Amino acid sequence: MAQATIDELQGLTTADGTPLRRALHRAERRAKIRAFLLVTPLLVFLAVTFIYPIAQMLWRSIYDDTIVTLLPNTVTAFKDWTDRDQLPPESVFAAFAVDMKQTREDRTIGQVATRVNFEEGGLRSIFTRTARHIDDAKNVTSWRDWFIQENPDWGKLNTWATIERLGHAYSILQYLAATDRQYDDHGNIVMAPEETQIYVPIFIRTLWMSLLVTLLTLLLGYPISYFLATLPIRTSNLLMIMVLLPFWTSLLVRTTSWIVILGKEGVLNDILVWLGLISDDGRIQMIYNQTGTLVAMTQILLPFMVLPLYSVMKTISPSYMRAAMSLGAPRFLAFWKVYAPNTLPGVGAGALLVFILSIGYYITPALVGGRTGQMISNFIAFHMQKSLNWGLAAALGGILLAGVLLLYALYNRLVGVEKLSLG
Amino acid sequence: MARKNDVLVRFTDVQKSYDGETLVVKNLNIDISRGEFLTLLGPSGSGKTTTLMMLAGFETPTHGDIELGGKRLNNVPPHKRDIGMVFQNYALFPHMTVSENLAFPLQVRRKGRSEVAERVQRALDMVQLGSFGNRRPAQLSGGQQQRVALARALVFEPTLVLMDEPLGALDKQLREHMQLEIKHLHEQLGITVVYVTHDQSEALTMSDRIAVFHDGVIQQLATPSDLYERPKNAFVAQFIGENNRLNGKVAKLNGSNACLVTLDSGSQVQALPVNVSGEGSPTTLSLRPERVQINPPEGALPNVFDAKVEELIYLGDHIRTRCSLAGSDDFVVKVPNAQGHSSLQRGSRVKLGWAIEDCRALDA
Ligand SMILES: Nc1ncnc2c1ncn2[C@@H]1O[C@H](COP(=O)(O)OP(=O)(O)OP(=O)(O)O)[C@@H](O)[C@H]1O
Ligand SMILES: [Mg+2]
Repeated sequence: MAQATIDELQGLTTADGTPLRRALHRAERRAKIRAFLLVTPLLVFLAVTFIYPIAQMLWRSIYDDTIVTLLPNTVTAFKDWTDRDQLPPESVFAAFAVDMKQTREDRTIGQVATRVNFEEGGLRSIFTRTARHIDDAKNVTSWRDWFIQENPDWGKLNTWATIERLGHAYSILQYLAATDRQYDDHGNIVMAPEETQIYVPIFIRTLWMSLLVTLLTLLLGYPISYFLATLPIRTSNLLMIMVLLPFWTSLLVRTTSWIVILGKEGVLNDILVWLGLISDDGRIQMIYNQTGTLVAMTQILLPFMVLPLYSVMKTISPSYMRAAMSLGAPRFLAFWKVYAPNTLPGVGAGALLVFILSIGYYITPALVGGRTGQMISNFIAFHMQKSLNWGLAAALGGILLAGVLLLYALYNRLVGVEKLSLG
Repeated sequence: MARKNDVLVRFTDVQKSYDGETLVVKNLNIDISRGEFLTLLGPSGSGKTTTLMMLAGFETPTHGDIELGGKRLNNVPPHKRDIGMVFQNYALFPHMTVSENLAFPLQVRRKGRSEVAERVQRALDMVQLGSFGNRRPAQLSGGQQQRVALARALVFEPTLVLMDEPLGALDKQLREHMQLEIKHLHEQLGITVVYVTHDQSEALTMSDRIAVFHDGVIQQLATPSDLYERPKNAFVAQFIGENNRLNGKVAKLNGSNACLVTLDSGSQVQALPVNVSGEGSPTTLSLRPERVQINPPEGALPNVFDAKVEELIYLGDHIRTRCSLAGSDDFVVKVPNAQGHSSLQRGSRVKLGWAIEDCRALDA
C-alpha cells in the first residue's frame, strides 16, 4: 500500500508542471547548502587537526623508507640473494660497503643504525663500530670476509634477514612488533620469545582494567543517578553540581590528590594505622600500582557514566514503577523488570563512553600507575617521546583505534547507536 | 442492585496532608459497594488523585483507615492490594510488547505459561485488540494504548479497578466512545470501579454514584440524576450542569416544601427549601435553564417574572437565551429547537415562569 502511494507521488507535478520530486529537491537544496556552510568551519578544523594527523600516523605504521633511501645499493643488490638459507652473496656485501661509506659521509648512519636497532636490539653497535673502520678498508678482495672479520655478527643470517626486511618501504613489521610477533630465519611469522613479549600482555591488561573501571563506574554511578533522577529538581541540581565539581578541576590536581590520599604515608594509611587496623610497618601499597590506577580512573570517569544515566532516568516516568507495583510486582521486581530495562540506553552510552575513554587513558596511569598500572597509551607515549620509534607507536595506536571502532560497531549491532543517549 | 449493601471499600475519617500544614483531603468517609461504578469528580487540585493514590497504596493517609473487603489496608504494600489501576498517561511499559505488558501481572503471580497466553488473548479480544499483541506501545494510537492499559488492569481479575482520568488525552469523539466501552465492560465483568475525572458529562454518563470533591471535602455523594436534579449545595449545583443563580434572603418558611425568598432586587420567589438554616438567612436560588418556561399560561406557575431578552446564541439543538430578570442580567433559558418553538427577538420582553420544586434554595 505504501508502495502505491510512492508511485502515485512520482506522477505528481506542481502547478507549473515541474515534477513534484524535483521541485521538492530544488526547494531543499538551499537549506542543505546553508546547513553545509554552517558546519564547514568545524569540518575544516577536524580535517586539519584530527583526521589528517590520524591518517598520517596510520600511514607511518605501514610505511617506512629509511632503509630504502639510505641503503639504496644494498636494497637493489638483495635481488641477487636467492638462497635465503645462506649468507647473501658478495655483491650484497659490496653494495653494503658502498652504502655504508656514503651514509658515514652524509652522517645518516645513525638513522640507519637506529631503525635497524628497533627491529633487532643490539644491531646499532655493530653498525656504528663497523662504520668507523670502513674508510680504512683498502684493496678489499672480499667485502664479505672483511665484514665478518670486523664483527662476527655480520656472519649471522639473522642480521641480513633483518636488513632485507627493512628494505621494503611498505610492511607490517610494526604491527608484528606491536603484537609481539616476529619473522623467524625462514620468513615465518612466529611469537617473539616469552621474555620479550610486552604488548599483548599490556593490551590485555588495558582491556581488563578498562572493563573494571567501566564496571566500577556503573556500580557507583547507577545508584547515584537513580537517586538524582528521583529527587525534586532543586535538590538534584545541587547534587549534580557536586558530581560535576571534580569535572571542573584539573585532571592533574585530581590525580595527584589521590597520591595524597592513597600514598604509603597518605591519609588513608594514616587513618588505618590510627585505627589500629594495620601496623605502622604494614602500610598498604595502594598507589603506584594497578589499584591506584583503578581508583583514580574510576573517580575521574564517573561523571561520564552518571550524565548519560541521569539523562535517561530523568525521562522515565515514575508511573511505570507504580504501574508495575499495582500489577502485583514487589518493589525490587518492578525495578528489575520495568525500570532497569528502560535505563539500558543510558547504561550502554555510559559504558561505551567510559570504556573508550579508559582504554586510551594516559595521564592517570602515568602518574599513579607505577610499573604494574601502566596501560597501552603509556607505551605509545614512550615510543613517541623517548625511544622515538614512531612507527611502532603508530601501530600500537592503530590497533587501539581498530579496537575502539570494532567495539562501536559491536554496540551498534547489539543495541543500535540511535538508542545511544549521551545526555 | 441486590449487592448494593455489600461494602467493598470503606474510607473512615481519612485525612491527608503532604506538607504538614494544609489538609489536601479532609475527613473523608465513603462506602463503596461491590460492583459499583463510583466516580470522584471535582475541579483541579481538589484531592481526587490523592484519594485514589491512598487507595492504591502509593500515598499513606495522615489519619484514618481505609478498608478493602473488610481488611485494613494501611500497612498493606501496593503490590499486595490486588487493585488494578489505569494511569492517566497509561504507563504501558515501552520495552515490552502489548502481550508482554498484559502478561506481566500474571507472570508476577506465577501463573502457568499456557494460562498466561490464554488470559492475555482473552483480555486482548475483550478490548478488540486481538491481533495487536506483538506491537510495542509506541506503535499504537492513543485510543489503542488506552484499551491496552484497560486490559492490563483487568487481566488479573482484580476486585477493584482504579482509573485516574484515563480518557483525558483522547479527543472528544473517541472519549465518548471509550466511556461507553468502559461502562459496558464494567457491567459485563461486574467489577468495582473507582474513576477519577474532572469532566462532569463523563461522570454523568458512566457512574452509578458520583462523589463531588471540592477542597478535599465530598460536597455530595449521589446518583447522577440526584446530583443533577437535587444538588445539595451551591457548589454542586454550579459544578454539575448549567445553573441560574439568584441571591436573596429567606422571608418565610412554609414547612419543608416551600419557602418565600426575597431577592436582592426586592422581588419575591417561591422556592423549595433544601439547604437553608431558617427565616432571615441568606440563600442562593438554583434553577436549571431547561426548567424555565417562556410565556407560561396564566396562573399555571407560582413564579412568573418579566424579563428582557439580551442575547441569543444558536447551538443547533437548542437556542441559548440570555435574559435580564429580577436584577440579574445573566439568567439563561434554553429554548429547544423543536417544531413550533417560541421565536424570540433580541430586546423583546417576555414572561418567564417556573415551578416551586425546580427552584432550590441552597446555601449562600
Ligand atoms: N506529591 C505531592 N506533594 C505535595 N503536594 C501535592 C502532591 N500531590 C498533590 N499535591 C497537592 O495536593 C492537592 C490535591 O492534589 P490532587 O493531585 O489530589 O488533585 P486532583 O484532584 O487530582 O487534581 P487534578 O484534577 O488536577 O488531577 C493539590 O493542591 C496538589 O498541589
Ligand atoms: Mg489528578
